[in-house]
Amino acid sequence: MKEELKKRVIKGPDGFEFEVDPLQDYYCEAPPTVQPAAYQKIVEKIFNWARSESIWILGFGTGCGAIEMRPLMTPRFDAYRFGVQWRPTPRQANLFIISGYLSTKTLKRAIRSYEQMQNPKYVIGLGSCTINGGMYWDSYNTIKRLDDYLPVDLYIAGCMPRPEALLAGFEEMKKIIRAGKAEGGNLYAENFDWYKANQKKVIHDWDMPEHSW
Amino acid sequence: MQTLYTKLKQLFKLGELTEQRQDLAFITVAQEQLRPLLLHLRDREGFTHLVLLTAVDWMEEGQFQLTYLLNDRAGARDIGLRVMLPRDSATMDSIHDIWPTAATYQRELREMFGIGFPDSPGVNDEFILEGWNDIPPYRRDFDTLKYSEENYSHRPDRETTDPAQHMKQQLYPDEG
Ligand code: SF4
Repeated sequence: MKEELKKRVIKGPDGFEFEVDPLQDYYCEAPPTVQPAAYQKIVEKIFNWARSESIWILGFGTGCGAIEMRPLMTPRFDAYRFGVQWRPTPRQANLFIISGYLSTKTLKRAIRSYEQMQNPKYVIGLGSCTINGGMYWDSYNTIKRLDDYLPVDLYIAGCMPRPEALLAGFEEMKKIIRAGKAEGGNLYAENFDWYKANQKKVIHDWDMPEHSW
Repeated sequence: MQTLYTKLKQLFKLGELTEQRQDLAFITVAQEQLRPLLLHLRDREGFTHLVLLTAVDWMEEGQFQLTYLLNDRAGARDIGLRVMLPRDSATMDSIHDIWPTAATYQRELREMFGIGFPDSPGVNDEFILEGWNDIPPYRRDFDTLKYSEENYSHRPDRETTDPAQHMKQQLYPDEG
């Protein structure tokens, strides 16, 4: 376990000593809970429409595919005209694009970022690396199936997919959200133990909270 | 380069010289000759810049080859020093006091090849890998395919084709 996560006694600026247990004090380790739809179907429908038009992408690039985000967020392809924008922190984002190969080291960070996002949240797997390992299928440190570790709503195939493919993907994602089928957050909560078991199988030095929230 | 080599040869015991280009040559040196030679090259011959420090695994010969590539900016020439180490429990003297950047290279080599550099600062910290639990992955006896198959699950319906065959079929379907 990392030094900064260990239980320790800290001396405050006023000389007062107190104990800190970072995993308990800084994070809520309670597993996520399923959040069923709160309203009647017809109201939820309106909500889903609104959600689909309010996509905020987490600015987190993992593999080569992240390079396609730059032309997308600049005038050439201009994803903003589709109501898609980028945010710098997981707390403000609801769509996580895993943009390519994911080494186990990055997977750790991806899990922590995903868990800190608020419901409803969606995941898109970009490129063949997230689907079946792609050209890194025999690599010693990249995972080969993203959906074993995070609930994926949509895959965009290609190596790497062009910005046009991503734009089409966003439209597809909106359809899924409007249909009320983008239940990744709840899927994750329901199968939390399964996801955790898979994650821990590849992350050999688990040095983070069980659930980062 | 030949002149430099002749000059160096009078001072140090050197192996053979391989001239790759006019401005790039490699010299094999013994382990204990490296430090004085590096200092000499840096302070007397103008090779002030350590370009890289890397390793090659000659598994069949039971040896690691370390390559120290130095650059002489004013003279626009590079020289590479090769040091052969026995592969079993390979260790090498650290040169971080000659070039501080070497510490980073040495840390990488320790992690990826398992070559020890005692006294190099932070050499035992994790560099790229986290929680690695096998032999160092750049060693050639490390089987990356086997490791990946044991650790990461495949999508069951994954198909693979031989790229050469596949492209032949795509481009020249009649040729059978
Ligand atoms: S799918 Fe291709 S472009 Fe994307 S991360 Fe993998 S290798 Fe890179």
